[in-house]
Amino acid sequence: MFQALANPQRFMAFSRWAAPVLAVIAAGLLGWGLWLSFSAPEDYQQGATVRLMFIHVPAAYMAMFCYACLGAASLVGLVFRHVLADAAARACAPLGAGFTALALITGMLWGRPMWGTWWVWDARVTSVLVLFLFYIGYMALQAAIDDETRAARASGILALVGLINLPIIKFSVDWWNTLHQPASVFRKGGPSLPPEFLWPLGVMALAYMALFGALWLVRIRAEVWRKRAQSLALQAAG
Amino acid sequence: MSGLWILFRRELGQTWGRGGGPVLALTFFACVATLLPLAVGASPARLASVAPGAAWLALALASLLSLERLFERDFEDGTLDLLALGPAPLEAVALAKGLAQWLANGAPLALLAPVVAVALGAGLSLVPMIFTSALIGGLGLSFTGGIGAALSLGSRRGGVLIAVIVLPLFAPPVIFGAGVIDAYASGLDWRPALSFLSAYSLAALALGPLAMAAACRNALS
Repeated sequence: MFQALANPQRFMAFSRWAAPVLAVIAAGLLGWGLWLSFSAPEDYQQGATVRLMFIHVPAAYMAMFCYACLGAASLVGLVFRHVLADAAARACAPLGAGFTALALITGMLWGRPMWGTWWVWDARVTSVLVLFLFYIGYMALQAAIDDETRAARASGILALVGLINLPIIKFSVDWWNTLHQPASVFRKGGPSLPPEFLWPLGVMALAYMALFGALWLVRIRAEVWRKRAQSLALQAAG
Repeated sequence: MSGLWILFRRELGQTWGRGGGPVLALTFFACVATLLPLAVGASPARLASVAPGAAWLALALASLLSLERLFERDFEDGTLDLLALGPAPLEAVALAKGLAQWLANGAPLALLAPVVAVALGAGLSLVPMIFTSALIGGLGLSFTGGIGAALSLGSRRGGVLIAVIVLPLFAPPVIFGAGVIDAYASGLDWRPALSFLSAYSLAALALGPLAMAAACRNALS
């Protein structure tokens, strides 16, 4: 399928209807997920704030999923020198940064009533913050190089460096957290979620996936159009 | 081989000799360390508890300083083009540059690190450990930083960009480096941390030149 879609024209024809379909699916799932979230029973300890989980946890999951997409697109872009893969990588980074920021912000909002503090230097929180900084660095590098193919290649190399480094960073931060005494406010999650929490979480995760898919396709389309407009402008200028 | 040796000597001479060389990085290191007591207060107990960590933080920042010149100068005057055309692969050139960066910048900083840490109140018994961890970690910092330096070639605003790209990647060496000293100071087993730090530096030594060379080729294309 990917090979067929590598043709920009075929991709544009495919994404023309795929993006709206995904958006409708995302809207439907979001509505269902939110309804499930609000009709879920209150947690016996956390009360109503447990509902933040259904917004927070899928965002954290998407933060990593977007990076995997970014890494894959960068690899394809570097190996096959494909324009569409470069556009996909370029389009993916702000979405990933957005989901990461959402995860951090909802985490802070959840942390305030539950842990009694906005921010904890907990291993997971810290590594997500590093991931966010890495997204910013990636976008900064892309923005700082004028030539577009060169910018795409440089940031692609950085994305691959990150693909190797992010697991190491994750490991080192976990290690650091066990060396230092873990914050006592942080409560280890229960053994497993009961189904009335699992369902809204799963539906919301699928909704986020569909939303990301729709936005990604729209952004890649915008990239393709922007390039086309640029080359037309160059032609017109002679 | 002899060509690479000459290149290495040239890099060493350039890093050491021009524009202040390691003196600039050392002074920066000392400046950051001087600002620390001014910022957190001069109480010896408080300073001593953060001294090894602060030394490592300042070390990471100081090793950023000279990165901008690592490839930029050769890129601007066309030397990098000649090196790319030469018989040695760019990976070997990047390796020579990274090693020279480590010897001419990382090693002097590693010598100063214990002095700074002791001045901030770390115990004298920590000195060998701080030097060792700073020296080994400096290898990782040089090669990880070199990737950032090569990637930002031909971009606007190189210096800040390198820092933004590279500092998140510095998390593991800072964690393991400060962890070695922390474990040693509190009488715990320090060898795991030192092994992790060495592993990180060796991995950076092995993989860094590949990324640097790819980034240089991209900038020259």
